[in-house]
Amino acid sequence: MNQDPRLAPPVRRIIPRQAGTVVEPRSEPAPSAAAAVASAAQPAVEPGVQSGAWQDPVDMPAPPRAPTTTHSNVVERMRLESVWLAYGDRWVVRDVSLPVRQGEVLALIGASGSGKTTLLRSLNRLTEITAGAARAGHITLDGEEIDGLEANDLRRRISMVFQQPNPFPMSVFENVAYSLREERAARRRRRRAGLPGRGPRGDQLRASVVEALRRAGLYDEVGDDLDRPALGLSGGQQQRLCIARSLAAGPEVLLLDEPCSALDPISTATIEELIVGLRESVAVVIVTHNLQQAVRVADHVAFMHLGELVEYGPSQQIFEHPRQQRTRDYVSGAFG
Amino acid sequence: MEGALNATDSSTLGVSGARKPPATLRRSQRPRERLAGWPIADRVAWAACWVVGVGVSLVTAAIVLLMAVKGIAYLHPALLFEHPSAAVAQSQSGGFLDPIEGTLLLTAVGTAIAAPLGVAIAVWLHEYGRPAGLARATESAIEMTAGGPSVLFALFGLILFARPVLAFLSQTSAGGSVSGRSFLTAGAVSSLLALPLVVGATREALAQLPARLREASQALGKTRARTIRKVLLPSIRPGIAAGVVLGMGRIIGDTAIVIFVLGATLHLTPAGGLPGLSALRGEGTTLTAYVRYNSPAGEGLAPNKAYAAAFVLMLIVVALNFAVVRLGSGSRRKRPFARWRPARAGSAQ
Ligand SMILES: Nc1ncnc2c1ncn2[C@@H]1O[C@H](COP(=O)(O)OP(=O)(O)O)[C@@H](O)[C@H]1O
Ligand SMILES: [Mg+2]
Repeated sequence: MNQDPRLAPPVRRIIPRQAGTVVEPRSEPAPSAAAAVASAAQPAVEPGVQSGAWQDPVDMPAPPRAPTTTHSNVVERMRLESVWLAYGDRWVVRDVSLPVRQGEVLALIGASGSGKTTLLRSLNRLTEITAGAARAGHITLDGEEIDGLEANDLRRRISMVFQQPNPFPMSVFENVAYSLREERAARRRRRRAGLPGRGPRGDQLRASVVEALRRAGLYDEVGDDLDRPALGLSGGQQQRLCIARSLAAGPEVLLLDEPCSALDPISTATIEELIVGLRESVAVVIVTHNLQQAVRVADHVAFMHLGELVEYGPSQQIFEHPRQQRTRDYVSGAFG
Repeated sequence: MEGALNATDSSTLGVSGARKPPATLRRSQRPRERLAGWPIADRVAWAACWVVGVGVSLVTAAIVLLMAVKGIAYLHPALLFEHPSAAVAQSQSGGFLDPIEGTLLLTAVGTAIAAPLGVAIAVWLHEYGRPAGLARATESAIEMTAGGPSVLFALFGLILFARPVLAFLSQTSAGGSVSGRSFLTAGAVSSLLALPLVVGATREALAQLPARLREASQALGKTRARTIRKVLLPSIRPGIAAGVVLGMGRIIGDTAIVIFVLGATLHLTPAGGLPGLSALRGEGTTLTAYVRYNSPAGEGLAPNKAYAAAFVLMLIVVALNFAVVRLGSGSRRKRPFARWRPARAGSAQ
């Protein structure tokens, strides 16, 4: 692997409002562990961490805690190939390749600072609104490069829920309705694409709001008064409201960044149940530093360490028979 | 061990058993500060804060009281509804209906220009700020406006609006010279006084908003413009309102612009054009100019009316402040923006 001194790839530096500038961050020799893993492991065993040639993991054993998953309805929606991410000169994600599938939950685990959030944010190009962030590599949604899609359309298809609940300072209803109402530019694009050119309004809007709240498991708690201020809800309710808001946009992929880290166990259980229930209709990617949570909700797990994807595989494999020593060390914390 | 536990009433141990709340409650109160343990410097500072706070309150109270006593003594309802007249005797110089109308009209015009412009400038500076050179230039211009004496703006306004091109904003004399004086022109000049305050308050409020609010909106696929209009601006309404109140205060309190660009006439002099809007193109006066003119420092020789007018001015300022602040916070129920507070991390159900 020392004979493989791959340099960090050229990167399109993302500066808000000034796309297209090509800057080369400080190159550093990057035959990092991810590459080491890639060349050391046999492709058939670890397709997830392969960079370059892609092999579909067809014969994955069903994960233990996901009895409802039948592989017939698991569809690959996104694919990351050799994704590199940097802030300024510092690479924080190095050469990550992963599939994101609908019908299952993918958990990103790893210590703080290992680049999980950054990787997640790159999936819907939210890194672009962070000054100094840069990306290289390919990310596709249904085979299409996400860079080729209009950013706001992309973000409606790939929705994100953040670590801290961040409802808007409006009523519960308005929070959800906000993501349902289409803005003019989006309406125009939709009309051009032959879709109905408007978000729902009136009774239809209300029905959609209620539906989203139901899906997020919040309706029973707030249904009696949707006009109450969202900031008056408890932390767990706020986070479910944020999930409802994301679901209302009708996403195909739902990104959750440690959605339960600020919540109590009961709220956490509610949200985990919700996540497992969602995976049939959306591809779910959840970042968590709570290993028990990953065991509970994930079908596939990706373990990241210091920006590198160390191991990717079915949940059972990662937690019970990890192939990498570093994974073993990390997940051993999960079971004592 | 078990036995020891069982000896006490086991039903009240470890689980909540009581069905009725206790009859007496002790409410928590803010604990009293104990000065004794403080360093001497802190104690001095603490005393100084008190002295200054009480002192300022006393001065304000004295002003309000003086205005109220003098004002109420000389104020009678007729004054509010009578036009002023040019009499030497105080008893014959009429009321101050025109100055009241003028104050309201000038403030309305000035605010109507300054508020949207100020918010727009602040949003641009804070959310976009590009090209950077232009943003910096705008910033310094706003700062200079904030510090500039109004008499300077007044003079500039008078010269500017007397240009024939801008004749439609004011009146033109028979000789063909443009007066440059009207509520429109004076309002435009006055808006310069309010502008920096609106810009400052709006920028400040935008800076206070947590970044996750912006992120949340953009993560839903909303454009920046939409985010600003539907999330950010509604969230900072109280901040904007505070800036507008300060700005209105500066407009109401100014006299230089009234004298230079509004004419400081005895009456409003509506000038042709649209009904209702005709006053906008005409000249007029305001309460501040009226007070100055009639005070012992002026030439009008009606000090009692100056007191009464000053009192009315004060009431108008208070009422406007109240109205704008109310407008900014909206009804608590439908617009809970005023109740902005950060999400409670880790709170239970
Ligand atoms: N906006 C940012 N600017 C610069 N560095 C950042 C920024 N966000 C995160 N980082 C850095 O990137 C690294 C990865 O962070 P992050 O993706 O948040 O990791 P994780 O979510 O796994 O804890 C960290 O070292 C962090 O300090
Ligand atoms: Mg993180």
